[in-house]
Amino acid sequence: MTEIIFALGAGARVIAVDSTSRFPTLVEALPRIGYMRALAPEGLIALTPDLLLMSEEAGPPQAVAVLRAARAPIRVVPDRPSADGVRAKILAVAEALGLDGAPLAAAVRADWAALDAPIGSQRPRRAIFILSASRGAPLVSGEGTHADAMLRAAGATNVIGGFTGYRPLSAEAAAMAAPDAVVMMTHSLAEAGGLDAVLSMPALAVTPVARTRRVLAVDGPYTLSFGPRAPQARRDLARLLHPGAALPDLPLRDWT
Amino acid sequence: MSASLTLSTTRRARRLAVVPLGALALAGAMLAGILFGPAHVSLAGLLATLADALGLAPLPAEFARDAAVLGVVRLPRVLMAAIVGAGLGVAGAAMQGLFRNPLADPGLIGVSAGAGLAAVVAIVLGGSLFGAAAGLLGLWLLPLAAFVGGLAATLLMARLGSVGGVTSVATLLLAGVAVNALAGALTGMMIFMADDRQVRDITFWTLGSLAGSRWAQVPVVAVLVGLPTLALCALARPLNALMLGEAEAFHLGTRVEAVKRLAVVLAAIAVAAGVAFTGLIGFLGLVVPHLVRLGFGSDHRLVLPGAALLGGALLVLADLAARSLAAPAELPVGVVTALLGAPFFLWLLRRRGGTR
Repeated sequence: MTEIIFALGAGARVIAVDSTSRFPTLVEALPRIGYMRALAPEGLIALTPDLLLMSEEAGPPQAVAVLRAARAPIRVVPDRPSADGVRAKILAVAEALGLDGAPLAAAVRADWAALDAPIGSQRPRRAIFILSASRGAPLVSGEGTHADAMLRAAGATNVIGGFTGYRPLSAEAAAMAAPDAVVMMTHSLAEAGGLDAVLSMPALAVTPVARTRRVLAVDGPYTLSFGPRAPQARRDLARLLHPGAALPDLPLRDWT
Repeated sequence: MSASLTLSTTRRARRLAVVPLGALALAGAMLAGILFGPAHVSLAGLLATLADALGLAPLPAEFARDAAVLGVVRLPRVLMAAIVGAGLGVAGAAMQGLFRNPLADPGLIGVSAGAGLAAVVAIVLGGSLFGAAAGLLGLWLLPLAAFVGGLAATLLMARLGSVGGVTSVATLLLAGVAVNALAGALTGMMIFMADDRQVRDITFWTLGSLAGSRWAQVPVVAVLVGLPTLALCALARPLNALMLGEAEAFHLGTRVEAVKRLAVVLAAIAVAAGVAFTGLIGFLGLVVPHLVRLGFGSDHRLVLPGAALLGGALLVLADLAARSLAAPAELPVGVVTALLGAPFFLWLLRRRGGTR
């Protein structure tokens, strides 16, 4: 959402961001209001914002109720991990700021759509997304997650299903799922001790990944936030999954 | 017995001081909690809000924010902190007296673990399990679940802890340990079923926060925490008698069984209703009674009201720190109380280790 505001050219109007907003790097200088699911009513009011743009994921509901009771100017923005979701998010943010979001939404939509055919022509790679692997069984993404949506968009099938959210993966379930690619966030790959440490985990040692050694490191927020850079993130992940595929270059955008 | 009687006579002057001193501390803390915080309120804003509240003068538009900060955000929050803190303090004092154990706290009777389990169930299964009821209850679902869960765990423990109508303190303690372990295991099961977002919600709930305090909650907490707090203070004499030993207390005319059950149930109600709205707040129930005893001796007629007043004062101040230190973000208040409480408790243990 922070990215969208900057992409709309209204970055100067942002006075504070939550702990998950890391891009563009300009926001590093702004006050941080903490984690978006642990909002501080008085801290937010103390910033005297004209507008509190919050994701529908923000909370806790009790703190939001306090903010509403104090007549804080709240606007809730939907957050769905899909091309339509990105478009809805951009339009909602733009409308809340009194700006025209249609050009940005159309540009992002066009970039996304340009990848549909080339990625669709690839044979989907059998993949899993590992959120964290440093403590015991790896935590993998199931259905309904942003990671699941991005895997599918980038030409992979998420071979882990049957549950929503993130769950520890047992070695036996991993053997059944037989992924031949693993996607991880760069920092969690490092935390887990690098490529060899990840591949020697019981859950992965029995899968085709141990042979292909296809462990792909991606920037977490960039890949999973479904913001204005979602087409670029989709292209980057698709290129990692399908090194030989001919993917079109996306036009250079101000916000990437 | 004679020793305790001389003790209470020599400390008479101090006994008279504990209630006014505690009340003063609580009033001071509440005033600070209302006047200070990350949102700056000008003196003019404060006066205008006061005038508006008293019906003297309508609120000028430029002070609308100050009025909202004072009246909507801070006042209910400070009141909640004062009442919940009082409940935790007095419940801790009563449990330490009942179990004759300086390490006792409300967690011992399963109330925290039970409330925690029910809260986690509400967070994870809320929508799917309760369906229409969840929609109807809205923001009240989680507190209601936590209250019922905390109370149920304690009643279960009290039931398991009494054999043939006689409640042995040792059996009660062990039953508490077992109920805690069971609730912990079921909570772990829920965490396994939770998604990423719910796990974070659970984590924050178990760290405690007063950020969700609203006016609608104040009367509920005033009744469900305030009344048991007062009732526990009235149990001071029987708890004093119990300190001498159960047989001695019985011969002094104390209805030992009734007192034990009443103290446990009252403490459970006071704690469960408090943490239902705030989440778990650690260490306050353990440390506050010790603080009072250090200053005023161990007569429950002093310790119980003292622990209530000081518990309220400390939670108000801890909450002030929680919302100010990391502004514009907020620290979980349980982190603040444990951060201050744990080192103090260690110091207390070291000191006691030397004398015993």
